[in-house]
Amino acid sequence: MDTLTTLILGFISIVLINNLVLTKFLGICPFLGVSGRIDMALGMGLAVTFVMTLSGALTWLIDHMLLMPLGLEVLRYICFILVIASAVQLVEMYVRKFFPALYESFGIFLPLITTNCAILGLCLFINLWGIDNLSTAVVLSVGGGIGFSLAICIMAGIRENLRLAEVPVALRGAPITLITAGILALAFMGFAGMIKV
Amino acid sequence: MPKVFLAGLWSENPVFRLLLGMCPTLAVTTGARPALTMGVSVIFVLLCSNIMVSLMRNLLRPHLRILMFALTISTFVTIVDLFLKAYQPEMSGVLGPYVPLIIVNCIIIGRAEACASRNSVFTSIVDALGMGFGFTVALVVLASVREILSHGTVFGLEILPLFKSGGWFHGWAMMAMPAGAFITLGLLLGLVNVISRHQEK
Repeated sequence: MDTLTTLILGFISIVLINNLVLTKFLGICPFLGVSGRIDMALGMGLAVTFVMTLSGALTWLIDHMLLMPLGLEVLRYICFILVIASAVQLVEMYVRKFFPALYESFGIFLPLITTNCAILGLCLFINLWGIDNLSTAVVLSVGGGIGFSLAICIMAGIRENLRLAEVPVALRGAPITLITAGILALAFMGFAGMIKV
Repeated sequence: MPKVFLAGLWSENPVFRLLLGMCPTLAVTTGARPALTMGVSVIFVLLCSNIMVSLMRNLLRPHLRILMFALTISTFVTIVDLFLKAYQPEMSGVLGPYVPLIIVNCIIIGRAEACASRNSVFTSIVDALGMGFGFTVALVVLASVREILSHGTVFGLEILPLFKSGGWFHGWAMMAMPAGAFITLGLLLGLVNVISRHQEK
């Protein structure tokens, strides 16, 4: 298979088939927390996609250029979390300086992204799957971010309508969100047979 | 002190009440054994990081706090990861990247922030044990429900005899899949809500 086909298949697979939120359970906290309104969900999705692309590429580079040649795999987790925290800090400073309006609307989300498990999770999965070239790592990071945005926006859309539904008192709030997510995960299972490698 | 400990088990249970640490809760609860391993790992990391953070609580600067927490936690998580790889290689394979993901488990950062950076070492230890046990119990309960319904077993012990080995129970494949995790946890949260409302009356 030539490189371009592999990249496209990888992209589709990370967005739909191996969706980080609905099949790998990564980033559940913001998924439950900020999926109340669709514009907030979209903002969160964009911020996460950006940081994920940056840290996915950076951690791959550090892992392959620095840690592996020097035999320092023990430090991998510490390095990864440092890279993510600094990427978030960098994005925060950059956005605050050049796009103040955007910064206002992101507000609380940006610092929260450091502890978003989807980002660290994706870096670890790239390492676990043994991705050996930078382009695939970048495509997977962008795809992972888009998959996260897709899941959180679908969820926000459903929850806006769910407000009009009559939910049993005990299930209101988080429980019904989780059950909805379960049904959504079932739907995403339908993509599972889409690509045969 | 017993109050701090018991709060973690029920009234402030990290999974059922505070909705913290959802990723591992959903991902490793396909069986009771991985759930227990994850629970014990989290207890260890939580205990160590709470002690460390409590010891250095007077040195912390506000803007570098989260970074210091993350670095402390990732050190202990690396220890757990290497330990599991060395002594429990099979279990380490099953848990996969969810062991290193303990670093971003909100329970641990949350406790460092809410408890350990403000209290003495002793209080932090008790708090870590209470929260850790509460997390483990929640994980094992959820995992047992899913394991019974999908494979008819708990910790590998047969509870419901499966049809294919001569019994009557048909395994419920969905329970072992992501969808089963979401729906079971949703229903369990509902159950906890019902119980706590009865207690209040």
